[in-house]
Amino acid sequence: MKTEATILIIDDEPPIRRLLDITLSAQHYRVLETGSARDGQIAAAMHPPDLILLDLGLPDEDGQALLQKLREWYVKPIIVLSARNTEEEIVQALDHGANDYLTKPFRTGELLARIRSALRSVRQEANTPIREYGHLRIDLVSRQVRKHDEIVHLTATEYALLLLLIQNEGRVLTHQFILNEIWGAPYSNQSQYLRVYIGQLRKKIEENPNQPVHILTASGIGYRFSGNSL
Amino acid sequence: MALILLLTVSVLAMRLSLYPILLAAFLSALIWDFFFIPPRYTFHVNSYEDVLMLAMYFIVALLNGVLTARIRFFEKIAQEKEAKHHTITLYETLFNALSHELRTPLATILGASDHLLSQANNLSEKDRTSLIREIVHESERLNLLTENLLNMSRLDSGFIRPKSDWCDLSELTYTVVNRLEGALMGHRLQVEVPENLPLVKLDFGLTEQALYNLLINAIKHTPPGSLIRVVVQAQQQMCQIEVSDSGKGVPETDLPYIFEKFYQSRNAGAGGIGLGLSIAKGMVEAQGGTIRVESFPGTGARFCIQIPVEFNFLKPENED
Repeated sequence: MKTEATILIIDDEPPIRRLLDITLSAQHYRVLETGSARDGQIAAAMHPPDLILLDLGLPDEDGQALLQKLREWYVKPIIVLSARNTEEEIVQALDHGANDYLTKPFRTGELLARIRSALRSVRQEANTPIREYGHLRIDLVSRQVRKHDEIVHLTATEYALLLLLIQNEGRVLTHQFILNEIWGAPYSNQSQYLRVYIGQLRKKIEENPNQPVHILTASGIGYRFSGNSL
Repeated sequence: MALILLLTVSVLAMRLSLYPILLAAFLSALIWDFFFIPPRYTFHVNSYEDVLMLAMYFIVALLNGVLTARIRFFEKIAQEKEAKHHTITLYETLFNALSHELRTPLATILGASDHLLSQANNLSEKDRTSLIREIVHESERLNLLTENLLNMSRLDSGFIRPKSDWCDLSELTYTVVNRLEGALMGHRLQVEVPENLPLVKLDFGLTEQALYNLLINAIKHTPPGSLIRVVVQAQQQMCQIEVSDSGKGVPETDLPYIFEKFYQSRNAGAGGIGLGLSIAKGMVEAQGGTIRVESFPGTGARFCIQIPVEFNFLKPENED
């Protein structure tokens, strides 16, 4: 497997940087690392990486603030790694433009899956009308969804929801964001719609709706679409 | 009669401090004088004998009162001492448990990694893998302990404010079950969530954590291969989540204390520092709910979470 993506690590803990360096290099990613917000910002500007792993607890500047600054110009995926795990903190990071978050301690397998997922979503912006995720095949032109080669009938809302999720593969979408996008601003607090439609969509596209592999729950936060069917 | 008055003074001395006791002794002497020393119904005292008797009575009443107060004072000190001793024992037990729970996994992790570093070339592949497995396993144990300690301090500080939102109970239950997949491997799990449950309004994260802790508890206290059942119901504005196991049940002596912070059953021998269940309780009660346990000796224990909730029977419409 030959992946040439460059990943920038911004984390002030040397042991974590070393761990990430070894893990990512073994997967053939090119790794850049910095230990402060200032250096991180410079490194990102000098050699724009394909993905940034960002720690929120940096010594010189709050990670949330750095995240906002980076998002003023950087459009590729940013995954937040943090020891802070309150729902508020995570939702804030997502609102500031993070694609995904992992709380420390994290498992490397999980991290690699999230990175793959995030990088894949970038590559797929290269206009592919047909998306395949495991047994799932979605034709964006004819708006047709097939599971195991059988057509799955989705209502207009269900399809819109699925489309939103797959267009943001690897990205955690907050409840409020999804409600806003699909049902419009007046519904942004009506999470009951989201719950019902997610349940319905899972029944239609997942192998086992109780053990979903594509539409994943981020507890108390939102949902993430994962293309990896592992 | 004098005895009754003395008794009154003693009784007062049990409750009051020194000066009111002096007053009580003095008053009781006056009463005695008024009613019983001739001439009756006056404060007059005619004979020296009566003066002497009155004085004696006053002194006896006073001594009685003061002594009772002293006794009470010493009793209080003894009680405080005992309470202090009790607290110290409690802390000692707690510190012992905590240092055991922290040091054991650290010992394993340090030992295993030392061995891996120094004996890198002399280890068989099988031993290497098993040492690394130990490191992973013990790190997970430390992680769970850290989570519990952090959650407990969040609960204690009153930092937790439940955020109620519409939840799909089936999604909630399976999220927990899927998170625990690895830990549940050795057990048989049976999940019963009815198909057409309404949505309920509760805090997803807190309820998830409470159920998680109940399941961890069931896994810890039952031998591998045992059956663990999760039954979810929603009736009469109440959401109910039950976790029952097929272990030995909870000893009667433990039942009243099982949700207390740092309480651990003596004969369980399952390790831990006794936080899991009290955290579950805190997270359920933060939402106005209750948690209780029933034990069926020899056949298992059943934990039951009940949270008052709003229902919503929304169904997806069929648009096309």
